[in-house]
Amino acid sequence: MIVEVKHLTKKFPVGKAYFTALKDLNLSFAEAEFTGLVGPSGSGKTTLLNIIGSLDVPSEGEVIVLGKSVGRLSPPEAALLRKQELGFIFQNYNLLPVYTVFENVEFPLLLLDMPARERKKRVLESLSWLGLSDKVNSRPAQLSGGECQRVAIARAMVKRPRLVLADEPTANLDSVNSHNILQAMLKLNQELKTSFIFATHDEKVIGYLKRIIQLEDGRVAEDRLV
Amino acid sequence: MIRFLLKGILRDRSRSLLPIIVVSLGVMITVFLQAYMDGVLGDSIEWTAQFTTGHVKVMTRAYQENMSQTPNDYALTDVDILQPQLEKDYPGLSWAPRIQFGGLLDVPDENGLTRAQGNVKGMGLELLNSSEEIERMHLNDYLSSGDFPKQAGEVLLSRELFNQMGLTLGDEVTLISSGMWGDMAMYNFKVCGTLQFGINSLDRGFMIADIEDLRLALNMENSASEILGFLKEGYYINKEAQNLSGSFNQKQTKTQDKFSLLMLPLSDMNGMQFFVAYAQQMQYLIVLVFVMAMSLVLWNAGLLGGLRRYGEFGLRLAIGENKHELYRSLMGEAVMIGLLGSIIGVAFGLLFSWLMQKYGLDIGDMLKDSTIMMPTVMRARITSTTYYIGFLPGILSTLIGAMLSGIGIYKRQTASLFKELEN
Ligand SMILES: Nc1ncnc2c1ncn2[C@@H]1O[C@H](COP(=O)(O)OP(=O)(O)OP(=O)(O)O)[C@@H](O)[C@H]1O
Ligand SMILES: [Mg+2]
Repeated sequence: MIVEVKHLTKKFPVGKAYFTALKDLNLSFAEAEFTGLVGPSGSGKTTLLNIIGSLDVPSEGEVIVLGKSVGRLSPPEAALLRKQELGFIFQNYNLLPVYTVFENVEFPLLLLDMPARERKKRVLESLSWLGLSDKVNSRPAQLSGGECQRVAIARAMVKRPRLVLADEPTANLDSVNSHNILQAMLKLNQELKTSFIFATHDEKVIGYLKRIIQLEDGRVAEDRLV
Repeated sequence: MIRFLLKGILRDRSRSLLPIIVVSLGVMITVFLQAYMDGVLGDSIEWTAQFTTGHVKVMTRAYQENMSQTPNDYALTDVDILQPQLEKDYPGLSWAPRIQFGGLLDVPDENGLTRAQGNVKGMGLELLNSSEEIERMHLNDYLSSGDFPKQAGEVLLSRELFNQMGLTLGDEVTLISSGMWGDMAMYNFKVCGTLQFGINSLDRGFMIADIEDLRLALNMENSASEILGFLKEGYYINKEAQNLSGSFNQKQTKTQDKFSLLMLPLSDMNGMQFFVAYAQQMQYLIVLVFVMAMSLVLWNAGLLGGLRRYGEFGLRLAIGENKHELYRSLMGEAVMIGLLGSIIGVAFGLLFSWLMQKYGLDIGDMLKDSTIMMPTVMRARITSTTYYIGFLPGILSTLIGAMLSGIGIYKRQTASLFKELEN
């Protein structure tokens, strides 16, 4: 198991009271999964993804990511976990506009203090996985939305993380581009054994998933393999 | 990583342009003001040094006690031994013996009767053997007619006195004064040129002649009122002058003796102490003011820039930096911007200071009726301080600005910084 969620409850303070976004969740995720968290808006998908990604902490219960209990990590330890093991993909790509495609993808490797030659090899490899070899020196503003999201995927994959967390990755894409990037991710999932966890309500994404976890009102309503 | 940040700064104009302009401008003004203050205050100090005090002055204790009355009965004797000794002990300095005196100037008519009379103050300098004193006091700038003494018995008079007494060049005048031994002294000079200082107190009645003439005139053979020392740097350095004087005075025995020697630094004479301290404090004040003003501006610029960058910060947190690293990299950016801006600012500041040093600003007309001893051309002065002083406000202010504006990173939850990504 690479992720274990045990009796996870998440409460947000709202004024003087609390809003409970996740209620006593129990889930586990294995290696090389291609899983989606689906459910209506406000059901807690992003909240769960953030906690698995060690960007937020549980209020109750425990989330263990690659053997580490997220709630007990110090901020630097959590950052180290993200740096070494996790990749993130966002709805609006979040590329750094002043840097080239190459530099955007290189950034996670800079944080890992990887030597320059190794970095270059990895970045070019990662870009070729996603069919971006001819965009190396472009700036994000010069790319289409689909290309931007492919750069973001290349950036998430370049350090070959064990787990990639993708929050609504297709929300801003048309259907051709959505299928494109999903096929690319599926290929990486199979070749590199990377686990993907999506948060989505996009039917196109759901069509690719191998496991679907239905969240409703902060609880697991259904958890099925496809 | 540093290269990565530098690329970001250089490419993202909105992040770097305003701060760099602010820093450059502030640094430039700091540098210029420093050089200007140093120049103007320093020039006033130099003026006093060249005319009256030297950077240090050697005299007898008794002379010092009534220095303003130039009591030549307590003058230095055996100057032919004393001066070489000083030159040997303090090889860095140049030494200039001078006679200061006051008296009455009398213009006789063809029958030897008084045609005109006036009070004078005057100075005897080495004029005939070398031009060092002429250059030191910039007398060339003040010469308004005639020439400097070329032979014994020639004298320069201040222009106003010269006109008042109805003289023409080549006329004879008689100095009536008291000699070193309390005797009455009379001596004839031939007027060879006139000086105009633009300073009332001097122009009203002043004369300059070769020191040997005055030794003869005042019975001061081998004597001098005082010996002025000038630092090799060419301008007054308070610490150095203080140290020199301190060590010189320590070596003097018999300090009860009226004729024992005393060396004073410029700051201990003519009420210059305040002025010297003021000139020094001024620099710190300028730096302080600019650090504060620029920090405020950069703080705000940082806040605005930071708001735009929360998306980037969230992403970087997600990719694996922690808040400390993020904060530190903001400081790193600030230092780079500070350095960049400072280099530009120092370059321009030096350029303007250099122009101001070379060409100066003539305020002679404004000072026409002033009695303050002050140079009439304001000039900047570039010293070693001018080169580095700009970096203090440049880097400090960007750092302080970034530190204050970056605190926002800590105030926000990681997840909510991260939320900026979703909108
Ligand atoms: N920081 C917060 N403070 C208060 N309430 C929050 C906070 N973050 C999330 N919530 C609430 O928790 C619930 C779950 O939010 P979450 O973002 O996980 O939903 P979601 O399933 O991702 O929805 P969507 O499909 O619209 O993205 C929502 O009702 C939201 O208002
Ligand atoms: Mg969401």
